Amino acid sequence: MKDLKEKNETKDKYAVRPIVGEKRAFATGNEVVAWAALAADADIMYGYPITPQNEIMHYWTRMSEKYGRGFLQTEDETSAGFTTLGGVLAGRRSFTATSGPGNMLMQESMCMAEMMRLPTVMIVQQRGGPSTATVIYSQQEVNLTCFGGNGEGFRIVYSTCSHQELFDYTINAFNVAWTHRFPVFVLGDGYQAKMREPVTMYDPRDKGITMVPTEPYVLKEGCAGVDREPQQMRNTYNTEEELNEVVEGLNAAYQAVIPQVVKHEEYACEDADYVIVAHGVVTRAAQAAVEYFREKGLKVGHFRPVTLRPFPGEAFRPIADRAKKILVAESALGQMRRIMTDTIYGCSTPMVNFFKPGEGISTEEIIVKVEEMMAEDK
Amino acid sequence: MKKEYIVDTPRMPVSWREETKAHKFCPGCGHGLILKALGQAIDELGIQDRIVFVCDIGCCLLAWDLFNTDGVQTHHGRAVPVATGVKRANPDSICIAYMGDGGGYAIGAQHLVNATARNERITVLLANNTNYAMTGGQMAPTTLIGQKTETCPYGRSIEQHGEPTRGPEMVAAIAGHGAYVARGTVSQMNQLKKQIKTALQTQLDGSGFSFVEALATCPTNWRTNAHETWQFLNNNMGAYFQTGEFKKPEEQEV
Ligand SMILES: Cc1ncc(C[n+]2csc(CCOP(=O)(O)OP(=O)(O)O)c2C)c(N)n1
Ligand code: SF4
Ligand SMILES: [Mg+2]
Repeated sequence: MKDLKEKNETKDKYAVRPIVGEKRAFATGNEVVAWAALAADADIMYGYPITPQNEIMHYWTRMSEKYGRGFLQTEDETSAGFTTLGGVLAGRRSFTATSGPGNMLMQESMCMAEMMRLPTVMIVQQRGGPSTATVIYSQQEVNLTCFGGNGEGFRIVYSTCSHQELFDYTINAFNVAWTHRFPVFVLGDGYQAKMREPVTMYDPRDKGITMVPTEPYVLKEGCAGVDREPQQMRNTYNTEEELNEVVEGLNAAYQAVIPQVVKHEEYACEDADYVIVAHGVVTRAAQAAVEYFREKGLKVGHFRPVTLRPFPGEAFRPIADRAKKILVAESALGQMRRIMTDTIYGCSTPMVNFFKPGEGISTEEIIVKVEEMMAEDK
Repeated sequence: MKKEYIVDTPRMPVSWREETKAHKFCPGCGHGLILKALGQAIDELGIQDRIVFVCDIGCCLLAWDLFNTDGVQTHHGRAVPVATGVKRANPDSICIAYMGDGGGYAIGAQHLVNATARNERITVLLANNTNYAMTGGQMAPTTLIGQKTETCPYGRSIEQHGEPTRGPEMVAAIAGHGAYVARGTVSQMNQLKKQIKTALQTQLDGSGFSFVEALATCPTNWRTNAHETWQFLNNNMGAYFQTGEFKKPEEQEV
């Protein structure tokens, strides 16, 4: 504790840069996330062990010591989530990481982050569900990450597909959180967490990215009640009307943020008769499938939501309307599809589901599915 | 000769926030007294500018704007991790987690136990009123044997519910070097204030975790008049829950 205090007091604890210039590496996704948080000048991580997220903590604890950053291993994820809120309240760039059952426990604190607009950053490396299930892979934490808790889903969720994106979006997550003051999630998965692939790491400053300055919620300059009004934050209200006003206020703020953060990618969608919708790591299989079909002169495209919350429905609508058929490929039983169909209500294009809960999806499998759809149309 | 009257306005701690008074607790409630002792301790130590007052959910939530200090209201049982998170990120802050017996010994017990074990440099202040007051008087871990509540209408029994939790004793048993653990009561305000002050001093010195349980009245849920309320606090609770200091920082210094 004393060490951390001294480190906090050093004039510029970020003077020593963890990454100078561009650094090419062949690393696991977890390692990449830890480096990204370090490069983003994250101050402190709070966490609890769970596979497949562990190595984020392992790398962070090794490096945070060298670079004067903080770490606390808590007694459970409930505590890891709430201590992360504490770090944010103190005005530090704070984050946590978890998976599966841990994600469930963290929803409680993330609800409070939504209510108080606390810019938390949370990395989720999805594992199989329901229950303890597998420690390996799935896309089954979409519901939980987008809408977990007793709230309205006032959050921003990025679904990454590669180590480069894990690096880029982790840095981005801190800036989006501290700009808009909503909880931000980087939604990876066990495959991205554990596999190694090439990545280019960098100091955001070298890329012209400024880290959005943080600000304390409590203990700002001066004495509370003497030099300034005390900062008192609550999440309990007395009447329906009072709460309604608060939630409407949150909603208005969230709606205003949507156009600034909503993100998607299109692959040959302009004239596509068959559109594959997939997010996260499955987009890689979908992209390869599109290449395969386009080489054959067949009109197949791919729509990839990058933010699952907010969902890029406006961009998807015209593509969905003009397609003959849509294939939804997910390593879950339609968790993303439910969010998607809601945003294109009224679209009459038939949809085919390709759901493999808890299991990976290959290019070949998608090709077979699309060919089946084409054959039906002949 | 004209008679002169001296009007003595009740003295509030300076660290209390005037605009939000009178406070929102029921008449005769112990919470107000505990927080008065806390306010006086803050005044005497001159640390109003460094306080982060984190309150749990329970009747303690009514204190969210009671002080002229910064503060955060959190979820039921979660005051300890929020205070821990702030303290870890800003070691200059003086973090107080304020909660009830349900919040500390039931739903948030894992946080209390582990914050104690890690010797977190925070102060936990807990109001023991032997019931879940905010939700209408259900049985708490501290409900006395034979005491009737909404969820033990025939009285708490050892066979069914075990013995009432003795919090400070439990905390003292696992508290580390430099920690401070005590139990006070709202019927002995000087002692309670001294204990809270020592707890805050422990945090100021950075020597270890500090914990004070305060025996508190809840006439509303006890369904007692003023006399009975005081009787229950001093006789019934007093017989089972001993006041005093269970661990002091200097004791371990060799
Ligand atoms: C997760 C959760 N469960 C239950 C509740 C309902 N609840 C609100 S206050 C409370 C009990 C408070 O009792 P205690 O902590 O002893 O404080 P007191 O009101 O007695 O001062 C409960 C169970 C809640 N708010 N959150
Ligand atoms: S219900 Fe009991 S604890 Fe709550 S404010 Fe009233 S007297 Fe105090
Ligand atoms: Mg109680």
